[in-house]
Amino acid sequence: MSQALETPARPAIDLLGALKSGALAAVVAFGLFSLLIGVRTDQGPTGALEIEPRLVALGVICAVAFVGGFARACLAGESLDLAGYIPERIKTAAGHVGRYFGLALLAFAVIEPIAFYHNRYILDLGILVLTYVMLGWGLNIVVGLAGLLDLGYVAFYAVGAYSYALLAQNFGWSFWICLPIAGFLAACWGVMLGFPVLRLRGDYLAIVTLAFGEIIRLVLLNWQSVTGGPNGISGIARPSFFGLPFTDDENGFAATFGLEYSPTHRVVFLYYLILVLALLTNWVTLRLRRLPIGRAWEALREDEIACRSLGINTTTTKLTAFAMGAMFGGIAGSFFATRQGFISPESFTFSESALVLAIVVLGGMGSQLGVAVAAFAMLGAFELFREFSQYRMLVFGIAMVLIMIWRPRGLVATRTPSVFLGKPKEVPAEIVAEARQ
Amino acid sequence: MSAPADPILAVEHLSMRFGGLVAVDDLSFAAQRGHITALIGPNGAGKTTVFNCITGFYHPSVGMVRLTHADGTTYLLERLLDFRIAKLARVARTFQNIRLFAGMTVLENLLVAQHNPLMKASGFTVLGLLGLPVYGHAEAAAIDKAKYWLDRVGVLRRADDPAGDLPYGEQRRVEIARAMCTDPVLLCLDEPAAGLNVRESAELNELLLRMRAEHNTSILLIEHDMSVVMGISDRVVVLDYGVKIFDGTPADVRNDAKVIAAYLGVEDEEVEQAEAEVGL
Repeated sequence: MSQALETPARPAIDLLGALKSGALAAVVAFGLFSLLIGVRTDQGPTGALEIEPRLVALGVICAVAFVGGFARACLAGESLDLAGYIPERIKTAAGHVGRYFGLALLAFAVIEPIAFYHNRYILDLGILVLTYVMLGWGLNIVVGLAGLLDLGYVAFYAVGAYSYALLAQNFGWSFWICLPIAGFLAACWGVMLGFPVLRLRGDYLAIVTLAFGEIIRLVLLNWQSVTGGPNGISGIARPSFFGLPFTDDENGFAATFGLEYSPTHRVVFLYYLILVLALLTNWVTLRLRRLPIGRAWEALREDEIACRSLGINTTTTKLTAFAMGAMFGGIAGSFFATRQGFISPESFTFSESALVLAIVVLGGMGSQLGVAVAAFAMLGAFELFREFSQYRMLVFGIAMVLIMIWRPRGLVATRTPSVFLGKPKEVPAEIVAEARQ
Repeated sequence: MSAPADPILAVEHLSMRFGGLVAVDDLSFAAQRGHITALIGPNGAGKTTVFNCITGFYHPSVGMVRLTHADGTTYLLERLLDFRIAKLARVARTFQNIRLFAGMTVLENLLVAQHNPLMKASGFTVLGLLGLPVYGHAEAAAIDKAKYWLDRVGVLRRADDPAGDLPYGEQRRVEIARAMCTDPVLLCLDEPAAGLNVRESAELNELLLRMRAEHNTSILLIEHDMSVVMGISDRVVVLDYGVKIFDGTPADVRNDAKVIAAYLGVEDEEVEQAEAEVGL
């Protein structure tokens, strides 16, 4: 018994095994890349197709795989958990930094339009990031809190965008009236999606929601008379500053406030608009988490049967989660429509759903700060790699794989309980339900 | 044993079939208000199936489950949806394999159990979202109630810890505390002593007896631990292969030939005799 309690000695590095594993990796790489990289087809001088072998490139890839496999096997005995090497003092300091990190991020978001007033590119990027932060926070209610995997979230984004565009064009209603209506209509669609999928969980739910997203897109694409089909809707009314349009005339925003007209005013206004909408989403979510409905969502994620044994109506609980998430998606959609001035079904493809879901998963399901950081990192990285557009998806994929290896539960993996008797402490990720599934 | 004078729960001609398998066959028994009624039997006798029928997780193929509150209101449980049984008829249950919300703290678990009253106090979320004090008071009261029950089961010091981090015995007790937070009139415990050591199951006995004495909670109990069954139950119902083979006091059950046969088997000559009777 006492022997078992002793710390096991670290096994010596098994050189032969490591070589073997390196060789195996090289063989696999050879198999994978022999045709992809090893040969290249080209047009010969006579116009015939010629095969040009690229043995050097193939060799480099195999060598890299060998080194990778070898290194991995050498390190297998070592703990890759770097957390153990960090002294306790630095860890607590990091905890303090983490607490203020959200505030710092918020402060940065507030001053960004002032700091980068003359940099239109940064402003536009900021608006884009904030739109995805809002979408991420909205989806976080459905996926992170209630634990219902939704692959068709973009459908609600589309419903919101088209609601605003159609209402504004056909009835001439202003943005501020259309915004809540769009949110409400999207919430109705959320409930509509919710009903048929009440009994489903996990993979099955994901498939149905995926199909739902496609249905909405296809309806928008084919219902020519209403949605304009593939041509979309253009000339959507731009938002005004509570009635003052951003135009270069006497009734415009600039003239009223005695400023020199600049098109940047509108961009800055849009920036603050989406910032406020996103913060509203965040505030409502944080608030709901502390209310019985929010706790019921989390309880539903943890154990549905126990919920029912405690008298919780799981049907309405699930539907409210869908409706809430959809509502924020719809509001973000109206913002998107007013910002772009043009929408078409092309903006609402599955890849948008996948991107928002990736943001939520990467951020750490259920964590508001994590989602914001993930949206920032993901879209920021997309922009950074814009010049190497053909490697963009490759780098994106590798980054996702690496993050899932190192932080499998997302950037912020702990769960903050909603109520305490004593001192607040975090719940480690391993015991939260979605991590166990 | 005669039928109870004031039954809280009356199960009448309950049958549950899964395809060709008859898990519970024409079972009738009643539980007296304020008593601890034990449902025992060998593995696979159909005890948990009976529980699932009572708490609405299964819909019985045949039969009636009638629950009567102290004020005379009657609920036919086989007609209610599972969550309504907990909400309206106020039947709470625990599970054989503990079903706590592992990632939530112990305190949160107990607050989730008070979902329905809290939901009403938060104006179905609207008032709560606006931050009106009505909800604040209700939540403070709910936390007090949770603290009371955690104190009763002796896990108050772990209130802020995730439920999944607690040792097994404490998880069992938290599950009982969580069920009690729904203010049940009937508490159904599915093997509450499973996995507990001798000292812990003695503590459990004491807890259940005090709950019955102080809160007048009627308890229906499935249990294999005979020290619990014999120590605290007022009435014992024995099931074997879905059929009731005994219904009476704990003192009588020890000497009942059928029960002994079901648990321990019978002598060889009796088997031969029985085989001769059916012509084998």
